[in-house]
Amino acid sequence: MSVFDLRLSEIHNRLHNKQLSVAELVEHSIKRISDTDDKIGAFLTLNEEGARKDAQALDARLASEGERGLLFGIPTGIKDNIVTEGLRTTCGSKFLENHDPIYDAAVVTKLRAAQSVTMGKLNMDEFAMGGSNENSAYRVVRNPWDLERVPGGSSGGSAASVAAGQVYFALGSDTGGSIRQPAAYCGVVGLKPTYGLVSRYGLVAFASSLDQIGPITKNVEDSAYVLQAIAGHDERDTTSANVEIPDYVSALTGEVKGLRIGVPKEYLGQGIDPQVKERVLEALKVFESMGAVWEEVSLPHTEYAVATYYLLASSEASSNLARFDGVRYGVRADNPANLIDLYRRSRSEGFGAEVKRRIMLGTYALSSGYYDAYYKKAQQVRTLIKQDFDQVFEKFDLIIGPTAPTAAFKLGEQVGDPLTMYLNDICTIPVSLAGVPAISVPCGMADGLPVGLQIIGKPFDERTVLRAAHAFESQTGFHDLRPALS
Amino acid sequence: MSKYETVVGLEVHVELHTKTKIFCGCSTSFGAPPNTHTCPVCLGHPGVLPVLNRQAVEYAMKAALAINCEVADWCKFDRKNYFYPDSPKAYQISQFDQPIGQNGWIDIEVNGKTKRIGITRLHLEEDAGKLTHMDGGFGSLVDLNRVGTPLVEIVSEPDIRSPEEAKAYLEKLRAIMLYCDVSDVKMEEGSLRCDANISIRPYGQEKFGTRAELKNMNSFRGVQRGLEYEEIRQAEVLDGGGTVVQETRRWDEGQGKTISMRGKEEAHDYRYFPDPDLVRLHIDEEWKARVLASIPELPDARQSRYVEGYGLSAYDAGVLTASMKLADFFEESLKHTSDAKASANWIMGDLLGYLNANNLELGDVKITGQGLGEMIQLIEKGTISSKIAKTVFKGLVETGKSPQQIVEEQGLVQISDEGAIVAIVDAVIAANPQSVEDFRNGKEKAIGFLVGQIMKETKGKANPGMVNKLLVDRLNA
Amino acid sequence: MSITIKEVEHVANLARLELSDTEKEQFAGQLNAILKYAEKLNQLDTDGIEPTSHVLPLSNVMREDTVKPSWPIEKVLLNAPEEEDGQFKVPAVLE
Repeated sequence: MSVFDLRLSEIHNRLHNKQLSVAELVEHSIKRISDTDDKIGAFLTLNEEGARKDAQALDARLASEGERGLLFGIPTGIKDNIVTEGLRTTCGSKFLENHDPIYDAAVVTKLRAAQSVTMGKLNMDEFAMGGSNENSAYRVVRNPWDLERVPGGSSGGSAASVAAGQVYFALGSDTGGSIRQPAAYCGVVGLKPTYGLVSRYGLVAFASSLDQIGPITKNVEDSAYVLQAIAGHDERDTTSANVEIPDYVSALTGEVKGLRIGVPKEYLGQGIDPQVKERVLEALKVFESMGAVWEEVSLPHTEYAVATYYLLASSEASSNLARFDGVRYGVRADNPANLIDLYRRSRSEGFGAEVKRRIMLGTYALSSGYYDAYYKKAQQVRTLIKQDFDQVFEKFDLIIGPTAPTAAFKLGEQVGDPLTMYLNDICTIPVSLAGVPAISVPCGMADGLPVGLQIIGKPFDERTVLRAAHAFESQTGFHDLRPALS
Repeated sequence: MSKYETVVGLEVHVELHTKTKIFCGCSTSFGAPPNTHTCPVCLGHPGVLPVLNRQAVEYAMKAALAINCEVADWCKFDRKNYFYPDSPKAYQISQFDQPIGQNGWIDIEVNGKTKRIGITRLHLEEDAGKLTHMDGGFGSLVDLNRVGTPLVEIVSEPDIRSPEEAKAYLEKLRAIMLYCDVSDVKMEEGSLRCDANISIRPYGQEKFGTRAELKNMNSFRGVQRGLEYEEIRQAEVLDGGGTVVQETRRWDEGQGKTISMRGKEEAHDYRYFPDPDLVRLHIDEEWKARVLASIPELPDARQSRYVEGYGLSAYDAGVLTASMKLADFFEESLKHTSDAKASANWIMGDLLGYLNANNLELGDVKITGQGLGEMIQLIEKGTISSKIAKTVFKGLVETGKSPQQIVEEQGLVQISDEGAIVAIVDAVIAANPQSVEDFRNGKEKAIGFLVGQIMKETKGKANPGMVNKLLVDRLNA
Repeated sequence: MSITIKEVEHVANLARLELSDTEKEQFAGQLNAILKYAEKLNQLDTDGIEPTSHVLPLSNVMREDTVKPSWPIEKVLLNAPEEEDGQFKVPAVLE
């Protein structure tokens, strides 16, 4: 068994028993990255030197029996929209090509406290806008299961890197599915926590009312460990919830007997690939066999979610991305004729097509005369969508469905057709709008490509979500499948 | 008199003097080197989030309550989107449709008449940075120290009918803010800023005329002059058969005129929407009551107390209460003398005269209310004459010593010893036979000369009443 | 309702984007498709429905008025494309 297949807790033990050093782990990762990343394209910035230095310090601590953090010595990658002081943070955009952040994101500080080792910054769709990673301004990310296919997005680099065994876990961000969908496409585990559980301070905002940071891991237990390390109230994020953080790992009992599961008919209807549907139905049988019960339910406003999401997220984005003006940081156009020229050309040269498209959509939706018809209307529909979930959760503990309607599609297949691309998020977007937690776990294959099962929970009930996901993967072992990446 | 009625509404920005900025912990203190009071949050770096300063909310509530606004139970913050180098996020966090305060009013007094000016709203927002324009047009420099200083914007109803009323409104507003201790309200330092909407209409017409928005009026005087210029300009336009254009005009202090900014301004579409990084604000009754209790007695209440309690004229009471420091000074003096009118006269005449002549503020001079009160008491007791008191007053202002000490050190005690005065009277009579002769021939004026001579001999210390009486007795003897 | 090229230009100006003629055409088409799709929201009666800005029922999250250290000027200017005398430099802004 390769070291890449070890769970975080096993690595922890091996480090503790001196069967392994942090330096060895880090060198393994560096080698793996250098062997595979030409093909995968997961990394935008490597932190080799920093990682080696960290490894040295941690090994010294290991020798002196010093205190060890929850993620002690674990090589990780961080999505490139999470700012890291002194480590280039581009958001996958040309605009921030040389951006050297002057502070650390809250989660980065938390990871430092947990003593993981940052290997570098991971590729993504520019400013997290996209579902295929084809919107990265730097390089395409390829799916480790099939290099002709997309890894999903926007946290495509994060999911592909974990799937390729380059890092042991990665942080992603999820606005409308950007952790769960690439996790599904790459056959790994992706958790979007409840909105407000993880601080957004230092996450470069796409849509502030939807953005959440979460872990991408090889298995559910690892996901619980990483969540434990990054969750918690932060005074610097007003929208961070002041709730007690439970013990996530102790929730993983393997027991799902009596759990009540709602299965929305809208998630298995039109547009769902038959094989994906088949895998989900098989998964439900597994739950049944373990003593859970499931029933078909309805989330009647599902069909309105994508439109609602694109109006709200693009509107917020149009304002969030206005600060990229070429004055204090970022690119600046050469020889601007005047101030307006400086703004227009810096932004047009710095932003890619999808970012411009969403800024245009959001600006239009907020502009004079349209606010009520678009933004406010969408906020009202969001209320209805959230109520759908509230109602189901009155009777059920979890909602289960597919993460994405299909498995990974081919590179270039959907470019130039934004609307079709947006509809890939039909199963993840409603969850984001409702702000509830959800995890994607591997549930088998469709034509050699991984399929993801989405398990959705009540607000702040990550424990039940993780428990069910863990029981499922223990029973099925799909998470142990690895791409035949040479 | 003009055939047009002037209609003015004012938009006033007041910087709240919190210690830190509204959404981050950077200091708001004035005068630091450029960009040294900044952090990732107020610089608008990628990934940062705002956290609301409780003190800014309380100051805004206090200001709103002091100008009789209804304070909202619930309000929220919105983003006002526009690109400008002094606005690092390219949006200003402000309040759009749910301001902290609404439907308030203040009373002003112009030409002895009291008038109520309605206040549409008061909302909380963040200030912008400062741009400096380089010589020769090579560029502009951006200092973001001021970004994020909390501001309240106070919008009046179009109830103001003249430049004098506008000035009175501003002065009253400034006084109230000072009483509430929420701002330094110094127009020169920019902690109070004022824009005006002004239009004119023929008397009797109900519909408002087309308005111009006036900017860049940097003093109270500037506001008044700018409006005066503009009402004449608009009247000339109408009289010449033209129409007033809706536009923004800049007051040019040096040229003494307003200049159109047409063409330099773009049509704005601020795309307001609720800031998703901030949560709603709920102001419950208990919170409101607590803030309300922290508001001191305001100028209007004090003014009527002075009129009713001390018998001062409304005008005098108005002058004394225009500044809380002055009113406090006045009240302090009354702990040491019961003659409120005398105190008011000294303050309004000598003290304000001295301050204005030397361009000083009350805090810049050493006199205390106690000193003034004690001095008035010395006059009452006959220890010093009113004339000598002028010398003592100067000592109070310049040295801060007690009046007793000044009198003693400078030997200013009044001579009220009849024998001593008689001796001097006799000497002066003997030395000025011509004047004595003139008086006896009916030239009443001559007595003034003789009194002057006596005061000169005594260096002004002789009790003037006794001098008069003894001199007349002697002359008629 | 259909977005014209003129509206695309207006919105691009508000957003401070400079678009080529091709981009204008392309965005007009794509925005129209997306907005047409969004019209389905009008099938829903939302009269009296509270808009959701936040899924969490949070209110009154504030901090105390305590000064924290500002950033050193080298950090403040670290990423500045152009600076002078400790300030960010931009093309001349006319009053």
